[in-house]
Amino acid sequence: MMKRDECLKVFKRHRKDEIVVAVYMAAQEITHIMPSNLNYTFTGAMGQGSSHALGLALGRPDKRVVVFDGDGSLLMNLGTLVTIANAAPKNYLHCLCENGTYETNGAVPIPRAGEIRFVDMAKAAGYRKTYEIASLEDWDRQLPTLLKEDGPIFVDLKMEPGELYPEDFRRLYSIEYRDKFRRALQNS
Amino acid sequence: MAEGTLKAEDIIREIKKAGIHFIVALPDRVTSHHLLKTIMRDPDFKVVQVCKEDEGISICSGLFAAGHRSLMMMQYTGLLDSVNSLRGVAMEGENPVCMLVGLLGKEPGVAPSQSKKYGVKIIEPVLDAMGIAHHWVEESGDTQKIVPAIEKAYADTRPMAVLVGREPR
Repeated sequence: MMKRDECLKVFKRHRKDEIVVAVYMAAQEITHIMPSNLNYTFTGAMGQGSSHALGLALGRPDKRVVVFDGDGSLLMNLGTLVTIANAAPKNYLHCLCENGTYETNGAVPIPRAGEIRFVDMAKAAGYRKTYEIASLEDWDRQLPTLLKEDGPIFVDLKMEPGELYPEDFRRLYSIEYRDKFRRALQNS
Repeated sequence: MAEGTLKAEDIIREIKKAGIHFIVALPDRVTSHHLLKTIMRDPDFKVVQVCKEDEGISICSGLFAAGHRSLMMMQYTGLLDSVNSLRGVAMEGENPVCMLVGLLGKEPGVAPSQSKKYGVKIIEPVLDAMGIAHHWVEESGDTQKIVPAIEKAYADTRPMAVLVGREPR
């Protein structure tokens, strides 16, 4: 199991100019760990992160789009796996932060926590490649490939909560930051 | 009201005039046969099929952030199913999600809010309560509403819905 914030710190070392979409706790953490105008946290409704990311990926096929999704979020929008596989964006990397809980909502366990095979769902839906990663060493070693391989790729990251970071939902959904993102992407 | 016609080719022409190339869709009985299927064969459009309509609200928002216009095609039942995404993504997120919504089962010539069909009757009040602009398109002349509605949505970065009252042919 990896601590999510440690996972994001490893990702930061590899990041170049990718668009990063993140939801809930991961979104709170990226604003501290890897602030960037190409961070997209403006997802607005639970479960929708991967869908916003698909729009971004289709709109900018020249940019890698990485989404840090939640397991509770993905369960709310399982059809997204088929939608994404059907659209087949080569620049799409779908990272699932699997911690078995609705961490934002009081850390209540998700149904069938620890028993669900998310990679099997993604593979059956038609993702090009799927991976399960449970150690920071493997994540660090595989990231260069994950950031280059043709997608859509699904990575199930086995996680546990790390340090607590300050929450700021107003910042996550800020129209001002969303517009900064749009301008940064236009210039990128 | 006299029996009228609504042409799919007119709707498609207006969508293209509005600069839309991405169509995000889940089939709707009113618009599937003559409109969506025609769009799917048109190389000017990229069609993104969704499994559930609320995905489309977010995909359109992602496309907007990436600098593209898009149109979400769905049935009114899907719009009702997407109210939370319309709340959080389209309205609070200030995303200009443009929707083409088929009013399955609406009686010809009857205003949506006067329909005997419960789901159709409540569509406009729901959109009004949410502050989402809507435009009823049922007769051939009504297609002239489409481009100004889309332009206003993008100018204001707010969602809007074109409510299609009969099957376009």
